[in-house]
Amino acid sequence: MSWMNHDKLEKNSLLLLGFIIVVVLIGGIIEIIPLFRQETVIEPVQGVRPYTPLELAGYNIYIREGCYNCHSQQIRPLRDEVVRYGHYSLAAESMYDHPFQWGSKRTGPDLARVGGKYSDEWHVAHMIEPRDLVPESIMPSYSFLMHKGAKLHDLPEHLKALRAVGVPYTDDMIKMAAKDAAVQATGEARTDTGGLIERYGDKVIARDFDGQPGIVSEMDALIAYLQVLGTMVDFEAAKDVDEGVL
Amino acid sequence: MSDKKSNKNSAGAHKDIDEVSGVETTGHSWDGLKELNNPLPRWWVWVFIICIIWSIWYFVVYPSWPVPGGATEGMGGYTQYKELEESQAEIRARQDVYLERFENASLNEILNDPELYAFAIAGGAAAFKDNCATCHGTGAEGGKGYPNLNDDDWLWGGKLDEIHQTLTHGIRAGGLDTRVSQMPAFGKEGLLTRDEVNNVVDFVLSLSHPHQGDETHGDVPQEYLAAGAEIFQQQCASCHGPDAKGKHEFGAPNLTDAIWLYGGDRETIFKTVYNARGGMMPAWGERLDENTIKQLTVYLHQLGGGEKDDAPVLIPATAEEAIEDNGQHAEPEQQPAE
Repeated sequence: MSWMNHDKLEKNSLLLLGFIIVVVLIGGIIEIIPLFRQETVIEPVQGVRPYTPLELAGYNIYIREGCYNCHSQQIRPLRDEVVRYGHYSLAAESMYDHPFQWGSKRTGPDLARVGGKYSDEWHVAHMIEPRDLVPESIMPSYSFLMHKGAKLHDLPEHLKALRAVGVPYTDDMIKMAAKDAAVQATGEARTDTGGLIERYGDKVIARDFDGQPGIVSEMDALIAYLQVLGTMVDFEAAKDVDEGVL
Repeated sequence: MSDKKSNKNSAGAHKDIDEVSGVETTGHSWDGLKELNNPLPRWWVWVFIICIIWSIWYFVVYPSWPVPGGATEGMGGYTQYKELEESQAEIRARQDVYLERFENASLNEILNDPELYAFAIAGGAAAFKDNCATCHGTGAEGGKGYPNLNDDDWLWGGKLDEIHQTLTHGIRAGGLDTRVSQMPAFGKEGLLTRDEVNNVVDFVLSLSHPHQGDETHGDVPQEYLAAGAEIFQQQCASCHGPDAKGKHEFGAPNLTDAIWLYGGDRETIFKTVYNARGGMMPAWGERLDENTIKQLTVYLHQLGGGEKDDAPVLIPATAEEAIEDNGQHAEPEQQPAE
């Protein structure tokens, strides 16, 4: 049973190093190789598009404010969750999130399908003072988002960075990012949203989210982001395409 | 390196036995101290072995190993989606007792069928807490901008069909059938001067505060009220009605009662007339299935203010009564809300 003898390894540091490298490599390969095949676990559903620049700005605020610390964005395939929040989350729905916002803690409710569930006015009032609407809420106030202009000038860089990791933004989208954001926060009634819709599809919601026409505030961006969460996939249509996948 | 010798010993046939305890040592020596080499506790070893056996069983039965193109499926054919479907099917089977009849029943028939009525109330109450309570309050008491649903003061109508329409298509929610109206921003858009807005506000206040303007509450001169009344008839009456009692087809509230959606103090009413109001409610037909919307309709209708349809309706006084009428066998199945 001399192969069970550690003496040789323990007394020969180079040999030990060599074996350590072999063991770490095996573990590393097992962890890394599946990532190269990630696309095989993303369901082929229609409708998921990259975030518009304004939604992306909101997504960045979502991360900056640490919303993910209290809100998850993953509806698990459990009966109670599906009843409460809607269809369970699909991998495809977060394939353009870098990083994804699945979260692991629900101090507040899951937000994976919060888009369209409440009115913009509700979101504004709720961000300013959550307890005005939900008396038992312990969420902090985010009223400052109303007065702070959203950062639009660096949006093209954000889009470029995301394109580098595989989000299909076109040159046109990158070039027009700042303007598209402003247009989306202004809305159809007061500006031409044609270009935005041409680039991101006609389901894009363009309106004055925060009720302050004069400013593209961080509130505009965050609410634009919240209102699109979970609304991209048309599950009725998807069901017809492939019953097996869903 | 005094331990060189003992190290060799541990590998060979000569065991290094501790003199005091009689237990074999590891042979390693630190300043003359040696570590006893007690065997692992028997129970631990068994748990270890059982775990290994269990994991082999798990590999075979459940999906576990990643392989090119997916993962091993396991002999049990388990997936989380399948488990979800099964648990949903179980609930549906329990609800089926009511569901088929419920689906085909009109809202009026549901009101008149104690069993379906109890089923609707139970489901409606749960759906309300999940979806509506965030704005309208857990007790449907409403808040600023969100109507109280317990009273009989309706903006868009309190008949079953009207409630159903509002729930399905929402208010100012986009879509063809949503309820839409837009109050003009009389001040902001320059339709009325500031003085005229003030006059109208005084007049509107006097409708619900009849003593405003008389000797006891003589803070508003009669001529202001008269001017306000005239403007009201020209500008406001088309939606709010000549008697200011409101009109459901425009979602125009009754201005003569003490119920205010945004507040009934002078300042708030001034803001309302000056900037206009227009709340928004999502179209729930896009999120909830038709049965849930029907349950919610019946639930909201019985909260306190449901208006009667033209057809005569027999409404059980309370949900409890309906359930009692029904006997124990008719206890409606309730999907958990949490």
